[in-house]
Amino acid sequence: MNVTSSVREPLINGGKTWADITNDICRQVEGKPSKSWIIAFTISVLLLGVGVCCVMYTWFVGIGVWGLNKTVGWAWDITNFVWWVGIGHAGTLISAILLLFRQKWRTSINRAAEAMTIFAVLCAASFILLHMGRPWLGHWALPLGNTYGSLWVNFNSPLVWDVFAISTYLTVSVVFWYIGLIPDLATIRDRATNKISRLIYGIMSFGWNGSAKDWSRFEAVSLVLAGLSTPLVLSVHTIVSMDFATSVIPGWHTTIFPPYFVAGAIFSGFAMVLTLMLITRKVFNMEDYITLAHIESMNKVITLTGSIVGVAYITEFFIAWYSGVEYEGYAFINRATGPYWWSYWAMMACNVISPQLFWFRSVRRSILATFVLSIVVNVGMWFERFVIIVTSLHRDYIPSSWAYFSPTWFDIGDYANSFGLFFTLFLLFSKFLPVINMAEVKAILKSSGDVQTGHGKTGSAVSDKESVTHHS
Amino acid sequence: MSEVKSYLVGVFDDDDVLLNAIKSLREQGLKIVEAFTPFPIHGIDGALGLKRSRLPQAAFMFGATGLTCGLTLQISTLGFDWPMNIGGKPHLAFPAFIPVSFELTVLFAALGMVGTFLLASGLGPGSQKTVFDPRSSDDKFILVFDPAKNDKFSLEEITSMLKSAGASEVNIKDIVEKH
Repeated sequence: MNVTSSVREPLINGGKTWADITNDICRQVEGKPSKSWIIAFTISVLLLGVGVCCVMYTWFVGIGVWGLNKTVGWAWDITNFVWWVGIGHAGTLISAILLLFRQKWRTSINRAAEAMTIFAVLCAASFILLHMGRPWLGHWALPLGNTYGSLWVNFNSPLVWDVFAISTYLTVSVVFWYIGLIPDLATIRDRATNKISRLIYGIMSFGWNGSAKDWSRFEAVSLVLAGLSTPLVLSVHTIVSMDFATSVIPGWHTTIFPPYFVAGAIFSGFAMVLTLMLITRKVFNMEDYITLAHIESMNKVITLTGSIVGVAYITEFFIAWYSGVEYEGYAFINRATGPYWWSYWAMMACNVISPQLFWFRSVRRSILATFVLSIVVNVGMWFERFVIIVTSLHRDYIPSSWAYFSPTWFDIGDYANSFGLFFTLFLLFSKFLPVINMAEVKAILKSSGDVQTGHGKTGSAVSDKESVTHHS
Repeated sequence: MSEVKSYLVGVFDDDDVLLNAIKSLREQGLKIVEAFTPFPIHGIDGALGLKRSRLPQAAFMFGATGLTCGLTLQISTLGFDWPMNIGGKPHLAFPAFIPVSFELTVLFAALGMVGTFLLASGLGPGSQKTVFDPRSSDDKFILVFDPAKNDKFSLEEITSMLKSAGASEVNIKDIVEKH
């Protein structure tokens, strides 16, 4: 059995037993949806409905309905794409990299974070298709035999690498997530009282019965998938950054892009995980499983990655001057002081300054502050991509072609569509599937439960005011 | 043809008790069919005498296949089938082939390994493996014995051995087996 230092904060509060874990987490799957869930779901579906109309119009008419012009050929579409892919990275980081590092606090949040990854990557993929202008020709990006004497795709192009990276990432994430779900689906099947849910969860659980041999294989698969997903997730945002870095546009042609993009991706992803988890734990009464210890750990990751991003911004600026390249230097001066100065300073304030507040323990452990800052970080990360894309494009080499990009209603509507899609899928997931990995939480209960580690009612409960009020 | 077969099912409340019970029961000469647990228990493979899974080797082979396919695809299309002059660069630009080769390595390794796992364990949509006690996916740990394979001992003897090893219940479960 594993031994954990008694100094470590417990990860499961409320004196839970294994059966409590099953009951608490299956409750919202088995019960009728709550009022707050129905309201949230209705709003999401309505948003999705409006969004789908905007997307259909964009398909029919073409991307001329966006605010793009001859100079700014990429704007919100690619901004949104990079933003969503980046958000997805946190799920893989939590489920794969933290598994390899044997971080036990990942067990309470990995299921929901992986679901978030999948939905975020789907949103990102929707912008890839949309920005093609003629989405029905999307398969041209694949190396398929064709009637032009097999004119193949150009494998030297980062845009083709991106097609492979994103589709591999989506596939592997779905597989990793689903394999992890199988034992928990079997738990729901074994508890099911009516025939229909018994049948559905029976099919979905693939007949799992928890035999020792199957668990042994399951663990081998999880470990190898984690080992594969770790370089995969790093490669995905590296390749996304190469969409920019391998071009010769001043402001894009930068060697620090891969690590800088990966850090930014994890930064924004953790912020989105926090936004979602703070709501989920409140709505489903899961404060005992997603504790202040979890929130604090995630905030520490945000501080680290936010600081890396801050250093990257400053390095970029320094190198633009130090390189002595006139155009490079101008691109950066223009970012900070040109017509888009407001987006540059919004990015700096949200991404560089705001996460530094987490150096204070009281801020790291404050739910309200964490919630507000998690949204601020994602606003900042959206502006980062907007700054990189639009401010680098809008003033090119010939001043006569300088232009200004303003979004149209369809830019906004297509972005709203991705939110509708994301929240609709996430709410469906949170209702019909266990949002916390029961098997993994049960496995760490003895080494990380409050009563089991002797923290009991006197130790951790005092430091976690919320769980005291919740259980008294 | 189907026949009904009885199994002896020992129910345990704790994973550490289960591990010790497996060790002592096997020392006493009992043959265990299988253990069923709600979560993976470290050390249970060794206690039950299970062989280490060879799935990682399978993953490596699938990964190697993916790498080969990725390189073959790119070299054959851009190098031989339709060589294109792209900015005067060489047709076989190996550094540029790294990303796609890597992604296909990961894709093949992941899908191949998961497919092998499902096949080896007999899991899949519609598959129904025997659940000896539904509580084994909640908070109970189950040891299953086949009386026919333990004919040195009577049912009562096995039951008392299980109880003294810490089992909270011992049940007899009839399973319809198809042949």
